[in-house]
Amino acid sequence: MKNTGTLKVTLPSDREVALIRVFDAPRQMVYDALTKPELLKRWFGPHGWSLSVCEVDLRVGGGFRFVLCGPDGRTMGMRGVYRELSPPERTVHLESFDDFPGSEAQVTTVLVEQDGKTTLTATVLSPSREVRDAVLKSGMEHGAAETYDKLAALLASEVAA
Amino acid sequence: MNASEQLDATFAALADPTRRAILARLMSGEASVNELAQPFSMSQPAISKHLKVLERAGLIERRRDEQRRPRRLDARPLADASAWLENYRRFWEESFERLDSLLDEMKSQQKAQPPIKRGKQR
Repeated sequence: MKNTGTLKVTLPSDREVALIRVFDAPRQMVYDALTKPELLKRWFGPHGWSLSVCEVDLRVGGGFRFVLCGPDGRTMGMRGVYRELSPPERTVHLESFDDFPGSEAQVTTVLVEQDGKTTLTATVLSPSREVRDAVLKSGMEHGAAETYDKLAALLASEVAA
Repeated sequence: MNASEQLDATFAALADPTRRAILARLMSGEASVNELAQPFSMSQPAISKHLKVLERAGLIERRRDEQRRPRRLDARPLADASAWLENYRRFWEESFERLDSLLDEMKSQQKAQPPIKRGKQR
């Protein structure tokens, strides 16, 4: 399995998942890629998925609407509302999946630039398990043993630290 | 407990550093409550409380017949939680790999553009 090893996923609390990733680009560029529909369409979604709908109303109180189309004609719709926009360093938005109306998660994205590289930290605060389940249901084809090994390594490294 | 409640219980159990340390210890084999309490400056009742949370989440088992070594790890809920995390990680990892390519392209486009507006050059 390919693993670039650059994406860190942590669980700061039982309701939060945090993603940390470094990009070799200035912060404004990353901010643009996260907020402009013509750029989002070119990267958002895993391999085999693409955005068939990508509407963004980039202002506080405005929102976005995404529909991801995947293999076998599967679709996954999501929408959100912007709570805070501080370009190019911070955004806060609420997001929910179509399959689970009313189950909004709050996502805080922070961009820090150093030496031309940008570190993105996205913290997803989920009010309920439905949001997590939406992702869970999007396909669980991974071997449990393999992933269990990874979690074991994660736990071990944390204890060692 | 349905799958969703199970996942909830697993993540809640994993949210605490002491409980993660207990699980890490149990990965290397069964242990008694005393042995589990040893690395922590905690009372046995405090450790027992953590063990109850882990038991409720189905992460550890108690062996009734063996008082001395009553706890061992049950990997299944951990595997489910880990599979969930793996899915989540993969969604973003693959998206971010595509974003890397896009950013490279944006950078080279920016370089190709002259920094200030000039007249026509041949």
